[in-house]
Amino acid sequence: MKWNTLVTQLFGPYHGMREADDFLQGEVVFDGRPLTVIGTANHAPIGVRLALAQARVVLDTIAQHPGRPILLLIDTQGQQLRRRDELLGINRAMAHLGMSIDLARRSGHRVIGLVYDQALSGGFITSGLIADACDALPEAEIRVMRIPAMARVTKLPEAMLTELSESNPVFAPGVGNYVAMGGVRALWEGDLQAALRAALSQPAGEDRRARDGALRGGRKLAADVAQRVLDAA
Amino acid sequence: MNLSYAECTARERLAHLLDAGSFHEWLPPAERVTSPHLAQLGVPGAFDDGVAIGRATLAGRTVFVAAQEGVFMGGGVGEVHGAKLVGLLQRALRDRPAAVLLLAESGGVRLHEANAGLIAVSEVMRAVLDVRAAGIPVITLIGGANGCFGGMGIVARCTDHIVMSDSGRLAMSGPEVIEASFGVEEFDSRDRALVWRTTGGKHRWLTGDCDALVEDDVQAFRAAAIAALGAAKAVTPALLEAEHALLSARLREMPPPSDDSDDATALWQRLGIADAQRIPDMDVAAVHALRAAAEVPR
Repeated sequence: MKWNTLVTQLFGPYHGMREADDFLQGEVVFDGRPLTVIGTANHAPIGVRLALAQARVVLDTIAQHPGRPILLLIDTQGQQLRRRDELLGINRAMAHLGMSIDLARRSGHRVIGLVYDQALSGGFITSGLIADACDALPEAEIRVMRIPAMARVTKLPEAMLTELSESNPVFAPGVGNYVAMGGVRALWEGDLQAALRAALSQPAGEDRRARDGALRGGRKLAADVAQRVLDAA
Repeated sequence: MNLSYAECTARERLAHLLDAGSFHEWLPPAERVTSPHLAQLGVPGAFDDGVAIGRATLAGRTVFVAAQEGVFMGGGVGEVHGAKLVGLLQRALRDRPAAVLLLAESGGVRLHEANAGLIAVSEVMRAVLDVRAAGIPVITLIGGANGCFGGMGIVARCTDHIVMSDSGRLAMSGPEVIEASFGVEEFDSRDRALVWRTTGGKHRWLTGDCDALVEDDVQAFRAAAIAALGAAKAVTPALLEAEHALLSARLREMPPPSDDSDDATALWQRLGIADAQRIPDMDVAAVHALRAAAEVPR
């Protein structure tokens, strides 16, 4: 879905959000309450510039609007694959974004991620995946790598990977796989305003994705292994 | 006697870095906690899934420690590997050791179980920040041959303190991945000098991306880890505002691409570092002196 279509459905035609160089930003009113919205558009690669632009708004929200909820709109092809970004410390800029979002959560801001188009690896890990919870539209695509590329890198037959992906969600692209593994909490189907209202009303709290993955059957070991470490003699 | 950190296995690093005989492992190889996903793909697994975790003492203080094994799948994080790291951090939150040491050596997410690995790395990030918020320092050591890349490169920067050797590397995407995407003109992954100027320990030290630069020697890492035991840095709005200012200034100061000057050398010059052209040939002690002179902000 285009970002403009999405925010019009969520916040009406006078939403006031704007896009500049793939960076989305706005202060909207939802159910009579102000909400900070940030994100990226056009499958933007996340480099140092876009990581810092998002972090800036998160830090400003913490400083100027204590407790105001933050909605992260995610559409990215992943991290910027450029030598100059590596030289500049793209991993440090990404960590800074993730830590800014994490600080917002700890300071009492509800932070909800929504994958409205696509989300890939490095562009996703310090946005939706570090929010209180990350949701997605049903038509969204979430992945690290497509199966043909994965077949090349792992030197495994593509046909075998395709067949296994039917039963095992851990490697194949797909928003459903991320729901099954607990990485995505819920899909927003039908009334998007109702879905956002429900997301904002969920209690914050500890990271329950590993338990969700076990309950939903998509990531059966993570919670159990972590618990075994806690219980080990 | 100098023992190369880069040439050690994960378990050799633990044996020599921590107080002798003090490492007590949780979920050791004898328990055979392996990746079912690799088995399903017919790929050989490891009985520890590529990471050893446990408690130990360091200079007499109780620490929790994780060591990633770069020889196994490049240290890639899969479901079990990631859950062992999360469990260790959750246990640190409960038992409150003096510090958590992360001997990181990883290409990032293990592609054979990529979705699970990606979620796991984000769980590790959150668990690291939980431990930091409790005032327990998390200290990352980077000096393995595989470097610290991908999601683990982000995790490292979420920790309180990073120690690197000059042969260590810390970044996001590996040079091979960038070359495959944008060509050899963008990043020649076989140009070792360029790779180290872009991602290596000296560059990370000069820019303040790591907190200590040491020789490739296990005892040097041990000394730096002991020195960092009190290094807890609370994540506050002030800390993140300072971080934001530093990264924004660096982005502004990054010189435009030029045929006459290498990007890394030009950036070092902009940061006020003397003798920038000679840095690749300098030893660790000489590089230490340079940063002290330039007063690079951390």
